[in-house]
Amino acid sequence: MTAATDLAVGTVHEVVVVDDLTRTQIVQYAGVSGDFNPLHSDEVYATQVAGNPTVMAHGMLVMGLAGKALTDYFGDGRLTQFGGRFKASAWPGDTLTARLTITAVHPGEGSDPPSADVDVEVVNADGVAVFGGTASAQLDPPA
Amino acid sequence: MSESEPYLPVEEGAIMLFARALGDENPVYRDREYARNSEFGAVIAPPTFVQSATHFNPDSGLRPRPGEPWRGSGRTPTGTPSSSEGGALRLHAEQHFTYHRVLRAGDELTWTTRPGRTWTKQRRNGDTMTFQDQITEYRDRSGELVITARSVVVELPSSGGSR
Repeated sequence: MTAATDLAVGTVHEVVVVDDLTRTQIVQYAGVSGDFNPLHSDEVYATQVAGNPTVMAHGMLVMGLAGKALTDYFGDGRLTQFGGRFKASAWPGDTLTARLTITAVHPGEGSDPPSADVDVEVVNADGVAVFGGTASAQLDPPA
Repeated sequence: MSESEPYLPVEEGAIMLFARALGDENPVYRDREYARNSEFGAVIAPPTFVQSATHFNPDSGLRPRPGEPWRGSGRTPTGTPSSSEGGALRLHAEQHFTYHRVLRAGDELTWTTRPGRTWTKQRRNGDTMTFQDQITEYRDRSGELVITARSVVVELPSSGGSR
Protein backbone atom coordinates (compact mmCIF):
# COMPACT_ATOMS: atom_id res chain seq x y z
CA MET A 1 0.00 0.00 0.00
CA THR A 2 1.04 3.50 -0.68
CA ALA A 3 1.14 6.37 1.77
CA ALA A 4 0.65 9.96 0.72
CA THR A 5 4.16 10.74 1.84
CA ASP A 6 5.58 8.31 -0.74
CA LEU A 7 3.94 10.06 -3.64
CA ALA A 8 4.69 13.18 -5.59
CA VAL A 9 3.33 14.46 -8.85
CA GLY A 10 5.37 12.88 -11.61
CA THR A 11 6.11 9.67 -9.69
CA VAL A 12 6.09 6.82 -12.23
CA HIS A 13 5.49 3.17 -11.42
CA GLU A 14 5.93 0.59 -14.17
CA VAL A 15 5.05 -3.07 -13.88
CA VAL A 16 4.71 -5.92 -16.38
CA VAL A 17 1.10 -7.10 -16.06
CA VAL A 18 1.39 -10.02 -18.45
CA ASP A 19 4.42 -11.64 -20.07
CA ASP A 20 3.59 -13.62 -23.23
CA LEU A 21 -0.20 -13.35 -23.15
CA THR A 22 -1.68 -16.76 -23.90
CA ARG A 23 -4.79 -17.76 -25.80
CA THR A 24 -5.69 -19.75 -22.69
CA GLN A 25 -5.78 -16.59 -20.58
CA ILE A 26 -8.00 -14.92 -23.19
CA VAL A 27 -10.33 -17.95 -22.99
CA GLN A 28 -10.31 -17.69 -19.17
CA TYR A 29 -11.35 -14.06 -19.48
CA ALA A 30 -14.09 -14.92 -21.98
CA GLY A 31 -15.45 -17.42 -19.46
CA VAL A 32 -15.52 -15.09 -16.48
CA SER A 33 -16.70 -11.99 -18.33
CA GLY A 34 -19.38 -13.69 -20.40
CA ASP A 35 -18.01 -12.14 -23.59
CA PHE A 36 -17.81 -15.12 -25.95
CA ASN A 37 -17.43 -13.03 -29.10
CA PRO A 38 -15.57 -15.50 -31.35
CA LEU A 39 -13.09 -12.76 -32.28
CA HIS A 40 -11.54 -13.47 -28.87
CA SER A 41 -11.60 -17.25 -28.64
CA ASP A 42 -12.15 -18.82 -32.06
CA GLU A 43 -9.04 -18.93 -34.22
CA VAL A 44 -10.96 -20.23 -37.25
CA TYR A 45 -13.52 -17.43 -37.11
CA ALA A 46 -10.96 -14.76 -36.23
CA THR A 47 -8.71 -15.60 -39.17
CA GLN A 48 -11.04 -16.92 -41.87
CA VAL A 49 -14.14 -14.81 -41.28
CA ALA A 50 -12.92 -11.66 -39.55
CA GLY A 51 -9.60 -11.59 -41.41
CA ASN A 52 -7.55 -10.92 -38.29
CA PRO A 53 -4.06 -12.40 -37.77
CA THR A 54 -5.32 -14.42 -34.77
CA VAL A 55 -7.66 -14.04 -31.80
CA MET A 56 -7.43 -10.71 -30.01
CA ALA A 57 -7.63 -10.05 -26.29
CA HIS A 58 -10.75 -8.42 -24.89
CA GLY A 59 -10.19 -4.72 -24.21
CA MET A 60 -11.63 -5.39 -20.78
CA LEU A 61 -8.97 -8.04 -20.13
CA VAL A 62 -6.34 -5.37 -20.74
CA MET A 63 -8.23 -2.95 -18.49
CA GLY A 64 -8.49 -5.65 -15.83
CA LEU A 65 -4.71 -6.13 -15.97
CA ALA A 66 -4.28 -2.38 -15.52
CA GLY A 67 -6.65 -2.66 -12.55
CA LYS A 68 -4.34 -5.25 -10.99
CA ALA A 69 -1.42 -2.83 -11.34
CA LEU A 70 -3.52 -0.16 -9.59
CA THR A 71 -4.69 -2.33 -6.71
CA ASP A 72 -1.18 -3.75 -6.19
CA TYR A 73 0.15 -0.19 -6.06
CA PHE A 74 -2.52 1.63 -4.04
CA GLY A 75 -3.80 -1.28 -1.95
CA ASP A 76 -7.06 -3.23 -1.88
CA GLY A 77 -10.37 -1.44 -2.27
CA ARG A 78 -8.82 2.02 -2.61
CA LEU A 79 -10.03 3.07 -6.07
CA THR A 80 -12.72 5.73 -6.37
CA GLN A 81 -12.54 6.07 -10.14
CA PHE A 82 -10.95 4.10 -13.00
CA GLY A 83 -11.53 4.55 -16.71
CA GLY A 84 -9.97 4.81 -20.09
CA ARG A 85 -9.93 4.19 -23.79
CA PHE A 86 -9.05 1.09 -25.77
CA LYS A 87 -6.42 2.44 -28.15
CA ALA A 88 -5.13 -0.64 -29.95
CA SER A 89 -5.62 -4.39 -29.86
CA ALA A 90 -3.63 -6.78 -27.69
CA TRP A 91 -2.69 -10.18 -29.07
CA PRO A 92 -1.41 -13.57 -27.92
CA GLY A 93 2.32 -13.36 -27.28
CA ASP A 94 2.12 -9.74 -26.15
CA THR A 95 4.00 -8.57 -23.11
CA LEU A 96 2.04 -5.71 -21.58
CA THR A 97 3.41 -3.15 -19.17
CA ALA A 98 1.27 -0.82 -17.06
CA ARG A 99 2.71 2.62 -16.47
CA LEU A 100 1.16 4.63 -13.64
CA THR A 101 2.06 8.33 -13.43
CA ILE A 102 0.91 10.38 -10.47
CA THR A 103 -0.78 13.57 -11.71
CA ALA A 104 -2.12 14.97 -8.42
CA VAL A 105 -1.84 14.29 -4.70
CA HIS A 106 -4.62 15.60 -2.47
CA PRO A 107 -3.61 15.79 1.21
CA GLY A 108 -7.12 15.21 2.51
CA GLU A 109 -9.13 17.46 4.73
CA GLY A 110 -11.62 16.82 7.51
CA SER A 111 -13.33 13.51 6.78
CA ASP A 112 -11.88 13.35 3.25
CA PRO A 113 -8.95 10.94 3.22
CA PRO A 114 -5.84 11.78 1.24
CA SER A 115 -6.03 10.67 -2.36
CA ALA A 116 -4.10 10.64 -5.60
CA ASP A 117 -4.91 10.90 -9.28
CA VAL A 118 -2.94 8.84 -11.73
CA ASP A 119 -2.58 8.43 -15.47
CA VAL A 120 -2.81 4.80 -16.49
CA GLU A 121 -1.23 3.53 -19.66
CA VAL A 122 -0.74 -0.04 -20.87
CA VAL A 123 1.87 -0.48 -23.59
CA ASN A 124 2.96 -3.51 -25.59
CA ALA A 125 6.53 -4.60 -26.25
CA ASP A 126 6.75 -2.20 -29.21
CA GLY A 127 5.80 0.68 -26.93
CA VAL A 128 2.36 1.05 -28.53
CA ALA A 129 -0.32 2.11 -26.06
CA VAL A 130 -3.20 -0.38 -26.03
CA PHE A 131 -5.08 1.28 -23.15
CA GLY A 132 -4.91 4.81 -21.80
CA GLY A 133 -6.88 6.36 -18.97
CA THR A 134 -6.95 7.68 -15.45
CA ALA A 135 -7.72 6.51 -11.95
CA SER A 136 -8.14 8.02 -8.50
CA ALA A 137 -7.38 6.26 -5.25
CA GLN A 138 -7.66 6.92 -1.55
CA LEU A 139 -4.33 6.75 0.20
CA ASP A 140 -3.55 5.49 3.64
CA PRO A 141 -3.10 8.42 5.95
CA PRO A 142 0.59 9.04 6.62
CA ALA A 143 1.73 6.99 9.63
CA MET B 1 -44.75 -14.93 -13.81
CA SER B 2 -42.57 -11.98 -14.69
CA GLU B 3 -38.81 -12.16 -14.88
CA SER B 4 -36.66 -10.32 -12.36
CA GLU B 5 -34.85 -7.12 -13.25
CA PRO B 6 -31.23 -7.67 -14.21
CA TYR B 7 -29.10 -8.49 -11.19
CA LEU B 8 -25.59 -9.61 -10.34
CA PRO B 9 -24.96 -11.80 -7.31
CA VAL B 10 -21.44 -11.07 -6.11
CA GLU B 11 -20.19 -14.55 -5.27
CA GLU B 12 -16.86 -15.72 -3.84
CA GLY B 13 -16.40 -18.34 -6.54
CA ALA B 14 -17.07 -15.91 -9.35
CA ILE B 15 -14.62 -13.42 -7.83
CA MET B 16 -11.93 -16.10 -7.49
CA LEU B 17 -12.31 -17.09 -11.15
CA PHE B 18 -12.41 -13.47 -12.32
CA ALA B 19 -9.20 -12.61 -10.47
CA ARG B 20 -7.60 -15.82 -11.73
CA ALA B 21 -8.36 -14.85 -15.34
CA LEU B 22 -6.45 -11.61 -14.69
CA GLY B 23 -3.51 -13.51 -13.20
CA ASP B 24 -4.24 -11.81 -9.88
CA GLU B 25 -3.32 -14.03 -6.92
CA ASN B 26 -4.22 -11.42 -4.29
CA PRO B 27 -5.68 -13.41 -1.32
CA VAL B 28 -8.33 -10.73 -0.72
CA TYR B 29 -10.03 -12.09 -3.88
CA ARG B 30 -9.80 -15.82 -3.07
CA ASP B 31 -8.97 -16.60 0.58
CA ARG B 32 -11.98 -16.42 2.87
CA GLU B 33 -10.00 -16.41 6.13
CA TYR B 34 -7.53 -13.81 4.93
CA ALA B 35 -10.37 -11.64 3.66
CA ARG B 36 -12.38 -11.98 6.90
CA ASN B 37 -9.42 -10.66 8.81
CA SER B 38 -8.89 -7.78 6.39
CA GLU B 39 -10.35 -4.32 6.87
CA PHE B 40 -13.21 -5.39 4.57
CA GLY B 41 -14.32 -8.44 6.56
CA ALA B 42 -15.06 -10.39 3.38
CA VAL B 43 -13.70 -11.28 -0.02
CA ILE B 44 -13.90 -8.18 -2.21
CA ALA B 45 -14.27 -7.86 -5.98
CA PRO B 46 -11.52 -6.57 -8.29
CA PRO B 47 -12.14 -3.20 -10.00
CA THR B 48 -13.59 -4.48 -13.29
CA PHE B 49 -15.64 -7.33 -11.80
CA VAL B 50 -19.08 -5.96 -12.69
CA GLN B 51 -18.21 -6.62 -16.32
CA SER B 52 -19.31 -10.19 -15.53
CA ALA B 53 -22.90 -8.91 -15.32
CA THR B 54 -22.98 -9.85 -19.02
CA HIS B 55 -23.70 -13.40 -17.82
CA PHE B 56 -26.88 -12.10 -16.19
CA ASN B 57 -27.93 -9.91 -19.10
CA PRO B 58 -30.88 -11.75 -20.64
CA ASP B 59 -30.38 -9.87 -23.91
CA SER B 60 -26.62 -10.28 -24.27
CA GLY B 61 -25.57 -11.18 -27.79
CA LEU B 62 -22.12 -12.19 -26.55
CA ARG B 63 -22.94 -15.84 -25.89
CA PRO B 64 -24.45 -18.64 -27.94
CA ARG B 65 -28.08 -19.52 -27.28
CA PRO B 66 -29.53 -22.99 -27.58
CA GLY B 67 -31.26 -23.54 -30.90
CA GLU B 68 -30.03 -20.30 -32.43
CA PRO B 69 -27.24 -19.90 -34.98
CA TRP B 70 -23.96 -18.65 -33.50
CA ARG B 71 -21.42 -16.67 -35.49
CA GLY B 72 -18.43 -18.68 -34.28
CA SER B 73 -17.05 -21.70 -36.12
CA GLY B 74 -18.44 -25.22 -36.05
CA ARG B 75 -18.77 -27.29 -39.18
CA THR B 76 -18.04 -24.10 -41.09
CA PRO B 77 -15.88 -21.07 -40.15
CA THR B 78 -19.02 -19.18 -39.09
CA GLY B 79 -22.49 -20.33 -38.21
CA THR B 80 -24.08 -17.11 -39.46
CA PRO B 81 -22.62 -16.45 -42.93
CA SER B 82 -24.46 -13.16 -43.32
CA SER B 83 -22.95 -11.68 -40.15
CA SER B 84 -19.75 -10.64 -41.90
CA GLU B 85 -21.49 -8.75 -44.68
CA GLY B 86 -22.81 -5.23 -44.42
CA GLY B 87 -24.30 -3.76 -41.31
CA ALA B 88 -22.66 -1.52 -38.78
CA LEU B 89 -19.74 -2.63 -36.68
CA ARG B 90 -20.00 -1.80 -32.98
CA LEU B 91 -16.88 -1.59 -30.85
CA HIS B 92 -16.26 -1.00 -27.18
CA ALA B 93 -14.23 2.22 -27.28
CA GLU B 94 -14.03 3.29 -23.64
CA GLN B 95 -14.95 2.09 -20.18
CA HIS B 96 -15.17 4.15 -16.99
CA PHE B 97 -16.08 3.14 -13.45
CA THR B 98 -16.90 5.30 -10.45
CA TYR B 99 -16.71 3.40 -7.16
CA HIS B 100 -19.04 4.58 -4.42
CA ARG B 101 -18.02 1.85 -1.97
CA VAL B 102 -16.09 -1.43 -1.92
CA LEU B 103 -17.92 -4.34 -3.58
CA ARG B 104 -17.94 -7.45 -1.35
CA ALA B 105 -18.83 -11.10 -1.80
CA GLY B 106 -22.38 -11.44 -0.54
CA ASP B 107 -23.53 -8.22 -2.12
CA GLU B 108 -26.33 -8.56 -4.57
CA LEU B 109 -26.54 -5.85 -7.18
CA THR B 110 -29.33 -4.87 -9.48
CA TRP B 111 -28.47 -2.80 -12.48
CA THR B 112 -30.09 -0.61 -15.07
CA THR B 113 -28.53 0.73 -18.25
CA ARG B 114 -29.60 3.88 -20.02
CA PRO B 115 -28.27 5.58 -23.13
CA GLY B 116 -26.29 8.76 -22.56
CA ARG B 117 -24.75 11.35 -24.85
CA THR B 118 -24.38 10.60 -28.57
CA TRP B 119 -21.82 12.30 -30.82
CA THR B 120 -20.16 11.76 -34.19
CA LYS B 121 -16.71 12.09 -35.69
CA GLN B 122 -15.66 12.04 -39.32
CA ARG B 123 -12.96 9.59 -40.31
CA ARG B 124 -10.36 10.64 -42.84
CA ASN B 125 -12.11 8.51 -45.46
CA GLY B 126 -15.33 10.45 -44.91
CA ASP B 127 -17.13 7.72 -42.95
CA THR B 128 -19.04 8.87 -39.91
CA MET B 129 -18.30 7.23 -36.58
CA THR B 130 -21.14 7.43 -34.08
CA PHE B 131 -20.26 7.32 -30.39
CA GLN B 132 -22.72 6.68 -27.62
CA ASP B 133 -22.42 6.65 -23.84
CA GLN B 134 -24.19 3.86 -22.00
CA ILE B 135 -24.59 4.48 -18.30
CA THR B 136 -25.10 1.51 -15.98
CA GLU B 137 -25.90 1.97 -12.30
CA TYR B 138 -25.24 -0.93 -9.96
CA ARG B 139 -27.17 -0.72 -6.68
CA ASP B 140 -27.16 -2.93 -3.60
CA ARG B 141 -30.14 -4.45 -1.81
CA SER B 142 -30.85 -1.20 0.01
CA GLY B 143 -30.83 0.74 -3.25
CA GLU B 144 -27.51 2.46 -2.56
CA LEU B 145 -25.35 3.15 -5.57
CA VAL B 146 -22.22 0.93 -5.48
CA ILE B 147 -20.70 1.42 -8.93
CA THR B 148 -21.56 3.71 -11.83
CA ALA B 149 -20.21 2.47 -15.15
CA ARG B 150 -19.99 4.40 -18.40
CA SER B 151 -19.26 2.54 -21.61
CA VAL B 152 -18.59 4.29 -24.87
CA VAL B 153 -19.64 2.27 -27.88
CA VAL B 154 -18.60 3.37 -31.36
CA GLU B 155 -20.49 2.35 -34.45
CA LEU B 156 -18.71 2.23 -37.79
CA PRO B 157 -20.67 2.05 -41.05
CA SER B 158 -19.02 -1.16 -42.27
CA SER B 159 -16.33 -3.64 -41.31
CA GLY B 160 -12.73 -2.61 -40.84
CA GLY B 161 -10.80 -3.39 -37.70
CA SER B 162 -12.56 -4.76 -34.70
CA ARG B 163 -12.12 -5.16 -31.01
